[in-house]
Amino acid sequence: MEKLQRAWRRVILVRYGEIALKGKNRSDFEQQLARQIEATVTSLAQGQTGGSASVTEPMPVLAAVERTYGRIFVTPRRAEDLSLVLSALQYVPGLVSFSPAVRVPLGEPHGADSLPAIQDAAWELVQEALATEALPPTPWRLTGPPPRTFKVAARRSYKRFPLTSLELNQEVGAELLRRGIGLPVDVHQPDLTVSIEVREEGAYISVLEIPGPGGLPVGSSGRAVLLLSGGIDSPVAGWMALRRGVELTALHFESYPFTSEEALRKVEDLCRVMARYAGGRLVLRVCHFTEVQKAIQLRCPEQLRITILRRMMFRVAEQIAEQEGAAALCTGENIGQVASQTLESLRAIEMVTLLPVLRPLAGFDKDETVRQAQQLGTFDISIRPFEDCCTIFAPVHPRTRPQPEEVSKAEAALDVNGLVRQAVAQTDRREIAAYWPALAPNPPVPTRGQP
Amino acid sequence: MDSFARGNPPGTPDAPEVYLDNSATTPPLPEVVRAMLTVLQEEYGNPSSLHRRGRMAAQILRYSRQSVADLLRVDPDEIVFTSGGTEANNLALRGVAELAAGSHRFVHDRPHLITTAIEHPSILEPARYLEQHGWDVTYLPVDREGLIDVDQLAAACRPTTVLVSTMWVNNEIGSIQPLDEIGATLRRLREEYRAADRAASSGSEVRAYPYWHVDAVQAVGKLVVEPLRLGIDLLTVSGHKIHGPKGVGALFIRKGVRIAPLLLGGGQEEGLRSGTENLPGIAGMGEACHLARGLLATLPAQLWTLRERLWQGIAAAIPQAYRHGPSDPSRVAPHILSVGFPGTKGEVLVRYLSDRGVATATGSACHSRNPSPSHVLTAIHLPPAEAEGTLRFSLSIQNTAEQVDRTVKVLKEAVAEVRELAGWRSA
Repeated sequence: MEKLQRAWRRVILVRYGEIALKGKNRSDFEQQLARQIEATVTSLAQGQTGGSASVTEPMPVLAAVERTYGRIFVTPRRAEDLSLVLSALQYVPGLVSFSPAVRVPLGEPHGADSLPAIQDAAWELVQEALATEALPPTPWRLTGPPPRTFKVAARRSYKRFPLTSLELNQEVGAELLRRGIGLPVDVHQPDLTVSIEVREEGAYISVLEIPGPGGLPVGSSGRAVLLLSGGIDSPVAGWMALRRGVELTALHFESYPFTSEEALRKVEDLCRVMARYAGGRLVLRVCHFTEVQKAIQLRCPEQLRITILRRMMFRVAEQIAEQEGAAALCTGENIGQVASQTLESLRAIEMVTLLPVLRPLAGFDKDETVRQAQQLGTFDISIRPFEDCCTIFAPVHPRTRPQPEEVSKAEAALDVNGLVRQAVAQTDRREIAAYWPALAPNPPVPTRGQP
Repeated sequence: MDSFARGNPPGTPDAPEVYLDNSATTPPLPEVVRAMLTVLQEEYGNPSSLHRRGRMAAQILRYSRQSVADLLRVDPDEIVFTSGGTEANNLALRGVAELAAGSHRFVHDRPHLITTAIEHPSILEPARYLEQHGWDVTYLPVDREGLIDVDQLAAACRPTTVLVSTMWVNNEIGSIQPLDEIGATLRRLREEYRAADRAASSGSEVRAYPYWHVDAVQAVGKLVVEPLRLGIDLLTVSGHKIHGPKGVGALFIRKGVRIAPLLLGGGQEEGLRSGTENLPGIAGMGEACHLARGLLATLPAQLWTLRERLWQGIAAAIPQAYRHGPSDPSRVAPHILSVGFPGTKGEVLVRYLSDRGVATATGSACHSRNPSPSHVLTAIHLPPAEAEGTLRFSLSIQNTAEQVDRTVKVLKEAVAEVRELAGWRSA
């Protein structure tokens, strides 16, 4: 009972970046971030119970998300959900970092009597952070090399609290030394920082800091249509857009029966992983594209087929963007990697749409993309061998520098509008719920002592 | 249209699905389903129980065993029920191997297994397993028609050869191995080895090796399969290839052949296959064997007519289509037709046909999800590009001439479209 009550005082203090935002923007940003936190926690919890994959069924809210100026506090409703919530927060773009913290309510008057409680909490957290390997891992333990120095960093935003920041540093630091923390103080570059924030609603003490994905909360930057092929690049591009707050609708082009059902399942699995970073769900549109591919194959010169194919995809994507309320397209294209990705080629392709085309991987080397895909967890899915079933459409010698005029001329053989209209009409829509691997009890979370 | 939930269309009253993938599995016949339902719903006893229900179950088991034995014209005591063809093949190879390896004969010499390059994976993988455990294994090559050379078999055989395993009908191209000649050769060699043993007066133990195992999964029900007439020692049968249920098969083990079990436990099946009998499956298989025996007089000719109609139709409608497998009709199974369509991809054709209500296969169902070319088509010296454009049609009693004609019609469109898109020009 005592342990439970202790845990109940624990909250998660969330830091977010892009502080330059002001006024209405800031409030929208915070609101969106809070929504994404709630959605991600709910999705992860659903994934853990093995509960219905349904994204529409409501789930009891597991954590209260409070916004106060400059900070967001997440309080798990039940003590045992704490590590689950910490795991979920690592998937919320917009979070710079977060810290498990203890809240000490301020006693009357204005917290004058609270110092011993603050000192107790600081000692409790330091002990847990430095706990030896012999104990089962908890989210409260510091991972990485053992710290050699420490300091206390207090901030007093509630100015009626009787001690100044400096006095609080001294009082808490001295107490930790007296109780035997066993580390010298280093106020410049400490390995371990005991942070204390005194706010009107209480003092928050924390020791660990867990890095978040950074960026902006998904939904704060509008929506884009992601052209998702099933290869290694496009999921990484999608993740990078998500990280910049861009909500995504994934669009996949399939050429059944020339491509297999496994290829489609692969794309769905990619969406299930990407959805973790999108608040737990992602819309996938699948365009039945066989007729367009056939028409190109039969009527267009071989060297230009790939360029024309991409142009047709962009045209369809533009229409889908309109249906989905998206303001941009997003692709995994790179510069100069393959023939269709020379600047001339990108130009000839992009001409068919007025929407901006985001190419987050433009500056990446292949191995950087691969590394990112591995971290993201999409790499193993992308390399499943079902993609190359479509070799009959692969041209032998694609033109590396197609000229827009020759492409337009070659396209004259096609009923472009008719084909696009038909392809858009044959585009399915479905919502994909995130797939979450089962969490170990108290999964280790990458942490560092607060700088 | 919903491309997410795509599968074989179940068929409509106007155009029911044409199922031409009977080498992968066959639809259970209604009598089979009825027999199984009876066991599941009413005769749920354990054949080992002593009460009335148990005795009833034991009787069903006995009848079913008799029915399998009747189809093969063997003694019921020579039938061991298994979980299917794969287990029966494993039991044959590993069961014989385990006992042989313990014999004093192989203290100094490595025991030897002979099989063929075109066997089912449930033979090839146990063979590879034995290879890793100190056995010598010879994989006999096949010619372009998928047949082994019996002289090569005789040359490969040695006094240490414990087991020869050859399939009856190949599941991908339908070739029938020359079993008469194989049997005669093995009989002759066995005599020679015995004489040599006697001369060396080394044997208190009478030599029975080499044993001969035949995987007859694709032959049973379509050809007369009588192991005793050919001198076969062990023979594999599967339930679901003869309109029985999945999950049940049998191994014929000739009386006097010594074999060790794979599974240890309650000692069912004379100790050779412990585990409570899969009675619903066994009853279904018994029924299927019973039906197969009744059909055996007419079915092969019927299948042959359909197969010829299919091939003639394809040959007339589709330029440059060609058959794999033996040209000699007595060397081809009546229900399997493997056809190459240059300029196409088998798996694209399969999906195309599937969307139009015709179920077929590339090489074999086991390979269909594996992108590397089939080992059988490789073994008959087909270049990978040609192997890719191969479809296997496999017929059953339920197919009709009208279905065959419909298949040819759809196939003609499919091949033409794929070839056109691939820019293929006839040579």
